[in-house]
Amino acid sequence: MPNLKALKTRIASVKSTQKITKAMNLVASAKLRGAQQAALSGRPFATRAEKVIGNLALAMSGPDAPRLLTGTGHDQTHLIVVITSERGLCGAYNTNIVKMCRRKADDLLARGKTVKLYVIGRKGRAQLQRTHGRHIIATRSVEGRNMLTFADAKVVAEDVIGRFEAGEFDVAHIQYAHFQSALTQVPTDEMLIPVPRPDVADTGRISADIEFEPSPEAILDELLPRSIAVHIYQSLLESRASEEGARMTAMDSATRNAGDMINRLTLTYNRTRQAVITKELIEIISGAEAL
Amino acid sequence: MAALHFELVSPVKLIRSGPVHMVVVPGTEGDFGVLAGHAPMMSTIRPGEIAIYATAGAQPELVHVDGGYAEVSEAGLIILSGDIETVTRQ
Repeated sequence: MPNLKALKTRIASVKSTQKITKAMNLVASAKLRGAQQAALSGRPFATRAEKVIGNLALAMSGPDAPRLLTGTGHDQTHLIVVITSERGLCGAYNTNIVKMCRRKADDLLARGKTVKLYVIGRKGRAQLQRTHGRHIIATRSVEGRNMLTFADAKVVAEDVIGRFEAGEFDVAHIQYAHFQSALTQVPTDEMLIPVPRPDVADTGRISADIEFEPSPEAILDELLPRSIAVHIYQSLLESRASEEGARMTAMDSATRNAGDMINRLTLTYNRTRQAVITKELIEIISGAEAL
Repeated sequence: MAALHFELVSPVKLIRSGPVHMVVVPGTEGDFGVLAGHAPMMSTIRPGEIAIYATAGAQPELVHVDGGYAEVSEAGLIILSGDIETVTRQ
């Protein structure tokens, strides 16, 4: 027969766990709102910058186009920028991203390419270290602050562009969780460098009489690094929103599981209590009969 | 005279979008004013102040940018700025 005292302690401990998960759920949903807002308000710049770069890319496809746009002409060394979270307890969020990253890395390696990983976030590093540790060239964390600023992304962008210019890699990809809703986060893989060009068909309407000040090259030189920084910033924001969404869902189901567990334990507790009472009664009655 | 459609976008958010009378942009090669129907052009911006005139002869609203890019097309004027941290209004 289970010990009554032990059961009671057990119930109390599950209850306090439930309190914690419930609180985390509330905190995540509050943070989610902010992160979602930030992710959405960053989208206009990204879409407009993409359009402008598309226009400019059409205007100049000569040999003097910036390398950030045309690439190095090789396809040998790939850099994968992976964005994961700093903290755990957010369900399968990090695992999904890491899984996608591993698949991509293994695929590239199988085709004889060199793979370098640039990991943002403590959790992703811990997971990737085990399988692809020797490919990780840099890790970075953006912990400590609630709101991401553009400056955070700029630091990463400058680092990545610097490495590109130093010839450390030919192609860069960025992997993050695209925020669809609080329940769904889609692991996404996008091209970072060379900056992807939109389809010629959509933007084929560039007139020759546009004036450039000072020159298309100068404009691209200014705009491309900025656009890469914005791409990274946007990805960070999306990941942050996804992370909070994933945490909210995970904590919600943890709270529910704890509730189920409390119900089961309470049932056992009550049954045991009854059994103990019955046993005592039987002892008294049979003691009385013996007299 | 038709109003100019003006959009000011920073990486963080769409700061403003709507019709204005004129905008004076600190271009890399000199300031230029944009009215409705301006010839299409693209220009980089040096750090400085954008002056936004809501109506003709109104007091301009000054917004400080740390550089960026301006595009004038039939659709209006779009400015992609860098960080806008200090917005001075007068």
